[in-house]
Amino acid sequence: MGQVVLKGINKFYDSVHAVKDVNLQIRDKEFVVFVGPSGCGKTTTLRMIAGLEAISSGDISIDGNVVNDLAPMDRDIAMVFQNYALYPHMSVYDNMAFGLKMRKFEKPEIEKRVRNAADILGIGELLKRKPRQLSGGQRQRVALGRAIVRHPRVFLFDEPLSNLDAKLRVQMRVELKKLHLRLGTTAIYVTHDQVEAMTLGDRVVVMKDGVVQQVGEPLELYNTPANKFVAGFIGSPAMNFANVKVTEANGSLLAENAGLRIKLPEEIAQRLRGHVGRDITLGVRPEDLTVAGAGDDLSFDATIEVVEQLGSEILLDMKVGDGVMVASVEPSMRVKVRDKLRLAMRPSRLHLFDAKTEAAI
Amino acid sequence: MIEGAIWRKWVFFYAPMALFLIFLLFPFYWMVITSVRPDGELYRPWNAINYNPFWTWKPTLDHVRYLFEETLFAHWLWNTMFIALVSTAISLVCGVFAGYALSRLNFPFAGSLGTGIFITYLVPQTLLFIPLAEIIRNYRLGDTPWSLILTYPTFLIPFCTWLMMGYFKAVPKELEECARIDGASRWQAMLYIVIPVAIPGILSAGIFAFTLSWNEFIYALVFLSSPEQKTVPVGVTSELIRGDVFFWGPLMAGALLGSIPVAIAYSFFVEHYVAGLTGSVKG
Repeated sequence: MGQVVLKGINKFYDSVHAVKDVNLQIRDKEFVVFVGPSGCGKTTTLRMIAGLEAISSGDISIDGNVVNDLAPMDRDIAMVFQNYALYPHMSVYDNMAFGLKMRKFEKPEIEKRVRNAADILGIGELLKRKPRQLSGGQRQRVALGRAIVRHPRVFLFDEPLSNLDAKLRVQMRVELKKLHLRLGTTAIYVTHDQVEAMTLGDRVVVMKDGVVQQVGEPLELYNTPANKFVAGFIGSPAMNFANVKVTEANGSLLAENAGLRIKLPEEIAQRLRGHVGRDITLGVRPEDLTVAGAGDDLSFDATIEVVEQLGSEILLDMKVGDGVMVASVEPSMRVKVRDKLRLAMRPSRLHLFDAKTEAAI
Repeated sequence: MIEGAIWRKWVFFYAPMALFLIFLLFPFYWMVITSVRPDGELYRPWNAINYNPFWTWKPTLDHVRYLFEETLFAHWLWNTMFIALVSTAISLVCGVFAGYALSRLNFPFAGSLGTGIFITYLVPQTLLFIPLAEIIRNYRLGDTPWSLILTYPTFLIPFCTWLMMGYFKAVPKELEECARIDGASRWQAMLYIVIPVAIPGILSAGIFAFTLSWNEFIYALVFLSSPEQKTVPVGVTSELIRGDVFFWGPLMAGALLGSIPVAIAYSFFVEHYVAGLTGSVKG
């Protein structure tokens, strides 16, 4: 079992309110990812779950027991650190066995568990080596091995892939996912990389300035972001935003700014009845922009400033009015810098945010 | 490294280095040559026909023999060794724990306490020996090895603490946190993880402390009086300089034999000691 419940968690460092009233229920066997920019409180939250930071107020419980005052060793958790934190003076075997030795396991049992974990991770050959004789990826595996030999109730990961190079990171990401499917242990994972969050998480918690912005499954965050921050943070390249004013003409609603004048379709107009005459933020993802055909409503003119050929797609950096937008188009399209294009937004994929509160409308 | 023609290397690298080496090593050479030179050569006037200050054709071990047979040099050596080892051990134990506490336990005023300890190290011994002499007398420790074993830590502990503080700060905090999640108490995490990782730092602190107490002069001069209690630096200078007569041969032989243990200690631990100074902990 490994159910973790955070209830009204706060953390103050002197006068800084680092984590603000976090409430979260993590189910058994779930892989939950905390994501956000640096300083958003995600690592602090993880360290509070681990017991490495005191909680200023609120309750953390694991499997129904409040663990606020339990020492890290008594919470039955295992943690993987960003810098791996391998004990430099111990062999790989001793690194992995340390936690079991501390808990007074029998020697044969320790041996069995370490061998088993080493086999799962493919580091059986390395057991006699010292950490400094290992590559980055191997160290990462040893750190994982040290966590899994303990068979804890919860795994905690603190940006475990950040110190690896890009290629290895992708590879380890897949292995982590496989490992989780195989072991089925509850995992809480902290990262600043939204791709890791999207690919690994059963659910993703987006944080900013110590506040949880949205909790949801990856596609839920992608398709229906709760506010402008989540919309801009999840997805790469990031969502395009345009500040527009909602106006009414001939019974239909228009969204206007210096370079845009878009007639809003009926189902969107319904949601904006209350915002006539006010500013809102329009959001549209790069892949939801297409070259406009004759009948497209939500179309506008753009001038290409940069063409980025990625092979699988082309990213167009464009000037629209006095703003910029990025569109992702088919790789077969022939375009060059300073071309003028007429683009259209997919009506069903349009996101609307209140200009002041930044909440989704 | 210097680039370009070979003569540039010689002029700008080898020649200055050679000069520097001669400058540094000449006193040692002088010490060695004097300690094996017969008295007849040592006290020959400079304008004698076969005057040759830098070399001898008749090396002798008379001075060493004199040192061991006519003086209490063996005693001094033993005293120095005993005092240096015990006071180093005391200071290391205190320094390691204090350094750990000051760098890792976030108690109020830890920072200013650390600075305070360092400042006590800066108080010159030439001032401190006066009040210490009073204390030594009150506790009737004068003329015993304990007068030095208990006073050397007054400068060794601040020194070790300061060095260990810096070293412990360089040990990643995560190592300890990981150990504590792995099931170790704070005490076990320190014992099994932090201290083994800090061994190079502890060794260099130990070597420094040992050298400082081995070479210490003023406390030994003040607190010890009978010849059989003296340490090497004090014994050699007080027993082999009588009035204005310098017994150069035994004096130099004593200095030479007295510096050998320190040289051995250094060469033995030199790798750890360099690692300790550069503070490198590779994960």
